Amino acid sequence: MNRPLPEDPMIRSLIAQAKRAQLSRRTMLAGTGAGATALALAACTTGGTELSPADDISADDKTLNWANWPFYIDEDDDGNYPTLLAFQEEFGIDVNYLVTVDDNNSYFATVRDQLALGQDIGADTVCLTDWMVNRWIQLGYTQPLNKDNIPNAANLVASLQNPQFDPGRVHSLPWQGGFAGIAYNVEETAEVRAVSDLWRPDLLGRVGVLSEMRDTIGVIMLENGVDISGDFTADEFNAALDIFRTQVESGQIRNVRGNAYTEDLVNGDTLAAICWSGDITVLNFEAGYEKWKFVLPEGGATLWNDNFLIPIGSPRKTNAETLINYYYQPEVAAEVAAWVNYITPVEGAQEAAIAIDPELAENQLIFPNADTLAQSKIFRGLTAQEENEYQAAFQAILLGA
Amino acid sequence: MAFTAFSSSTAAAEPVVRRKSRVALFLLLPGIFYLILFFVTPLISLIITSLQAPDPLIFGQFVNAFNWQNYAIVIETYGEQAVRSAGYAALATFFALLIGFPLAYFIGITLRPYPLLQSLALVLVIAPFFISFLLRTLAWKQIFSTEGPVSGILSSIGILGPGESITGTTFSVVFGLTYNFIPFMTLPIYATLVSLDLRLLEAGNDLYGSPATTFRTVTLPLSAAGVMSGTLLTFIPAAGDYINASREFLGSADTTMIGNVIETNFLVLQNFPAAAALSLLLMGFILVLVAVYVKRSGTEELL
Repeated sequence: MNRPLPEDPMIRSLIAQAKRAQLSRRTMLAGTGAGATALALAACTTGGTELSPADDISADDKTLNWANWPFYIDEDDDGNYPTLLAFQEEFGIDVNYLVTVDDNNSYFATVRDQLALGQDIGADTVCLTDWMVNRWIQLGYTQPLNKDNIPNAANLVASLQNPQFDPGRVHSLPWQGGFAGIAYNVEETAEVRAVSDLWRPDLLGRVGVLSEMRDTIGVIMLENGVDISGDFTADEFNAALDIFRTQVESGQIRNVRGNAYTEDLVNGDTLAAICWSGDITVLNFEAGYEKWKFVLPEGGATLWNDNFLIPIGSPRKTNAETLINYYYQPEVAAEVAAWVNYITPVEGAQEAAIAIDPELAENQLIFPNADTLAQSKIFRGLTAQEENEYQAAFQAILLGA
Repeated sequence: MAFTAFSSSTAAAEPVVRRKSRVALFLLLPGIFYLILFFVTPLISLIITSLQAPDPLIFGQFVNAFNWQNYAIVIETYGEQAVRSAGYAALATFFALLIGFPLAYFIGITLRPYPLLQSLALVLVIAPFFISFLLRTLAWKQIFSTEGPVSGILSSIGILGPGESITGTTFSVVFGLTYNFIPFMTLPIYATLVSLDLRLLEAGNDLYGSPATTFRTVTLPLSAAGVMSGTLLTFIPAAGDYINASREFLGSADTTMIGNVIETNFLVLQNFPAAAALSLLLMGFILVLVAVYVKRSGTEELL
């Protein structure tokens, strides 16, 4: 310090004080101690013991936290959830409905540290997509369901009773399902029937696709004639990925987005998009007429389900099971389906829907018949290595890396 | 008031501070504790994470190691995005200064005789803060949308070709960054200009300084501290920003910044070591840059 001290006396005194505070052995030791404490605290973040389910306090605690996706339950004009209110009245369980799931990956990233320690994640039940449920079950982050509390689980449609990731539905039960297909703006563009139509010159820069890898790459693979539910190879996946990369780099694809892709359709940035079936019904409802048409692409659509599961640290398992049982009543399931426009997994809901609206019961996107289902495939479960490799390649395109 | 206590009686104050004060240490304890818990601990945790290696047994988990290659890998993979971030942040800082300085000058000096207008203008600078940053950015996305007014005019005069759009380009991202950080640039400069003694400008004029010379030799040096804090307050957050460049807002795959890369690695790929390494590199880069900048512009102004 050979620079002259500033004029300001306050600063002079502060600097003088700072100079006096030399690094003594004592302060050095204190510093080391603080560093060690911090290190010990930092080390606490990594756990790794055998997980066991939390003790169930449902009998004394009549509350329940349910985490779900946006626009995924019946809602009235005042923002209330009619079926949920009826449930609270009937069972006296106070449900805290949390719209906190916006994306499977980011939700998992938010709660994984607590899950790894077996702690309560603030949700007693959460609805996640098949492949993510697969990961939770494999990591031991779920509690097995007590089917004695869910007698209505017998209403589950046969096709969903034994998925690859949870045979016999020990840990999970479906909430809603849906298709990923194509929607196009009927006023602004000609008919789009297949994925290859999206690459038409007149749609340059006006195509949107989903950031959910299994849906976007899934429909491209189906277009290529690959069975995504079968044992496809890495080459077949990469062939679809190459098509995707070409279309992103050429600017044909305007944007790759999550649930917010609907905004692009509404403001006209995109005229056609790979999208989820239920959303288009809602968009048309908001527009007041059928402005967008949803089609199952000629190559085939992907079919997915979101499933209830009970996280390992939830102390209100019985309450959660009571809720699941309630939603497996055909009448309740029909009421929800009529609002969310997704496929209900409950047998008998179609019959119940006729009572609400006969036209609704005919809607193939809510109550698909065997022909419609034959046009769709479920993306097969990926091994952890495949998941990592494919996801990294897909994300690299999104990051332009 | 504490300031006047210091300055009025320097001689008397010195012996008081010289005494090794246990009380002072005691008063500092909550602050130190807070720093250890919420700064030092996460930082160490981040450093440990950045050196982790994949668990050989459980896929997708990581174990503590000294895997420094993580840093080499992320630099190689995401070098382009890192350079782009620095470039975008520099551009945004430049444009924010270009817009913010005249604005601050106008409010702080031109409007000084009219206190009411001055406060009103200040409110106008601050008012956007009352609306969420995300909403404002989304609003720009709407304004720039293909069916929107701006794109309509630009394509009718042939600037935008078919299939081209404003959003998702370097322009829209730098525009968004500039727009969002203008108040951070304007307010510190305003704070220095508002206390500028106008008699100094008159003196410059009396000494035959042209307005430009007076500005260069009097106004600019006297507002240098504000310009410096303004550029730092703009550049640092802009370099790590992941909203404007996000695909959900004004960006696209071509405009990815380092913040988006870190976000994807943390939340989607769950490659925590890579994300941690990138975060630390970003922190280090900004620290070095700021240190050089502060050193070169002289520390006196900061004091």
